[in-house]
Amino acid sequence: MPHSYPALSAEQKKELSDIALRIVVPGKGILAADESVGSMAKRLSQIGVENTEENRRLYRQVLFSADDRVKKCIGGVIFFHETLYQKDDNGVPFVRTIQDKGIVVGIKVDKGVVPLAGTDGETTTQGLDGLFERCAQYKKDGADFAKWRCVLKISERTPSALAILENANVLARYASICQQNGIVPIVEPEILPDGDHDLKRCQYVTEKVLAAVYKALSDHHVYLEGTLLKPNMVTPGHACPIKYSPEEIAMATVTALRRTVPPAVPGVTFLSGGQSEEEASLNLNAINRCPLPRPWALTFSYGRALQASALNAWRGQKDNAGGATEEFIKRAEVNGLAAQGKYEGSGEDGGAAAQSLYIENHAY
Amino acid sequence: MAHRFPALTPEQKKELSEIAQRIVANGKGILAADESVGTMGNRLQRIKVENTEENRRQFREILFSVDNSINKSIGGVILFHETLYQKDSQGNLFRNILREKGIVVGIKLDQGSAPLAGTNKETTIQGLDGLSERCAQYKKDGCDFGKWRAVLRIADQCPSSLAIQENAVVLARYASICQQNGLVPIVEPEVIPDGEHDLEHCQYVTEKVLAAVYKALNDHHVYLEGTLLKPNMVTAGHACTKKYTPEQVAMATVTALHRTVPAAVPGICFLSGGMSEEDATLNLNAINLCPLPKPWKLSFSYGRALQASALAAWGGKAANKKATQEAFMKRAVANCEAAKGKYVHTGSSSAASTQSLFTASYTY
Repeated sequence: MPHSYPALSAEQKKELSDIALRIVVPGKGILAADESVGSMAKRLSQIGVENTEENRRLYRQVLFSADDRVKKCIGGVIFFHETLYQKDDNGVPFVRTIQDKGIVVGIKVDKGVVPLAGTDGETTTQGLDGLFERCAQYKKDGADFAKWRCVLKISERTPSALAILENANVLARYASICQQNGIVPIVEPEILPDGDHDLKRCQYVTEKVLAAVYKALSDHHVYLEGTLLKPNMVTPGHACPIKYSPEEIAMATVTALRRTVPPAVPGVTFLSGGQSEEEASLNLNAINRCPLPRPWALTFSYGRALQASALNAWRGQKDNAGGATEEFIKRAEVNGLAAQGKYEGSGEDGGAAAQSLYIENHAY
Repeated sequence: MAHRFPALTPEQKKELSEIAQRIVANGKGILAADESVGTMGNRLQRIKVENTEENRRQFREILFSVDNSINKSIGGVILFHETLYQKDSQGNLFRNILREKGIVVGIKLDQGSAPLAGTNKETTIQGLDGLSERCAQYKKDGCDFGKWRAVLRIADQCPSSLAIQENAVVLARYASICQQNGLVPIVEPEVIPDGEHDLEHCQYVTEKVLAAVYKALNDHHVYLEGTLLKPNMVTAGHACTKKYTPEQVAMATVTALHRTVPAAVPGICFLSGGMSEEDATLNLNAINLCPLPKPWKLSFSYGRALQASALAAWGGKAANKKATQEAFMKRAVANCEAAKGKYVHTGSSSAASTQSLFTASYTY
């Protein structure tokens, strides 16, 4: 083996690791507000609002004008490119508003999925071309972390070895390039919940995918202490007839992570997938009460699960803005508690009764 | 991906994980007494004792007949095949004596190294043929764990990707077969200390090797909670002119581990690889005091570093039995303290304990 050629200096490593730790301080998580123009179209059409740049700006303003209460539960916000350069009604750039609250600014950098020929509808993710230069510019413009989403799905013959390998590799290249530019990469290998598979199958696939991701990160000399992971929770497929408790989801999720995610990774920020706001909070809470030792922060990086109520309350009406912001703050605070295992639920019994539902982990 | 086919039942997993945890509970570690006939020859030659089966038996008898309190420091003993079937002078099988003390009995399973053609004198390890049947028999004969040593070296173009990959795969096959037979596999990917490389280079290589090992274990569906890792500490090469403190060794070692070893692994039992008895204890203590997160037990699996003083005290004479046992007990207790970060160096150590036990290019 040739002598190592350090990818990062000691100063670069310190900067990256400090940023990552700031985002996942206990009780804090991430607001994923990086919906692309196309995704925002779907959200806005659900509330009968036209998908214009101005409406997208007004909507993000609803979220970003949240008061100081979000300081203790939001550690980072992921922006879409357009939003990074937008301003509020007073001409203050959104980036500045967020930074002034002590929240770290992040940027979505992938360019969407493309098909992998010869597979059963599987994909990889594009965006590596010119990524180095784009990251350098985003860093200048206030971003300290980035996010890149890869997608895998479970079916009879998927995810295939190719899909796992290719997506792991592309995530590792992205991560390496980010770090060269002082940006903490959030690594997101999402396994979709589509399908009728059970919890065990999802756990098995998640373990295989994450093992491949961390091998690729090692191969590409990525500094793990300066990264975050954004995985799916381990859940059954949406069409699975068996129902599982939050404790079972928690045990399967934490078991999978313990078997694959090195302790050097400072934080795991779960995506919410298609979960409802309350489900996403209850599951995160159960995860943080799971009796297995957990060496990383386990928190949220939620899009829909933080915004659904706010979006619904807003409905594009200026007069509703204040009320909508309140809905967002409410979910943010709830998830901040869930990230510490302190959420008592919206009325249902949590705590001791839930503890007894944990199944011994050697069954997983 | 094809539907998974569970390699182990929940009962098998439970048994394996309980064995592994028992070995490393409460600061306990492992006595590696599995020196092959040839290797015992080297040891006995140093104290001018003839390498006969009887002499080997006598020395092991002295060690294993030590006071029962040894079971507070020693959780497991690795035996060589011959020793598994030997008895003490009263006709009691060694393995029964150990089990009665509450110590788990292990067996060396590999059959030595074989060259990898086309490399710079690199090797892989043999022993997979008929391994399942051998494991089944050893389990019947009282063993609950196995050990298999793979060797990598740092030199020009070494370790090569082939050596890393091949040794990782062979370790994974061995581990998989062990678990099928109720034996906890100790996975030992030793990066030997020969050479003039510095601490940083050893750390880099150790990280690459361990990443490959855990990817291979995952590929081979090995149940991590039912394994133990036996790695080298991260140290400079023996011919390196720069000297490092135990704290530097500890930081480099724990950093490498926490970037590569999943939290699911219950224990990491370091090999002593030529360190003096005292250095092996001081380094282990510093490792347990290292401020980085350490979700696994960090203990010892020492051969020379537990037996050097005992061998010197014995000198082949039955009359020295008490002195031999005291020397052994002293090191065992010291290392147990070190495994809890509580070792206090008590000043004068015997000449044998500080004498470097390094033999160039050490093979079993």
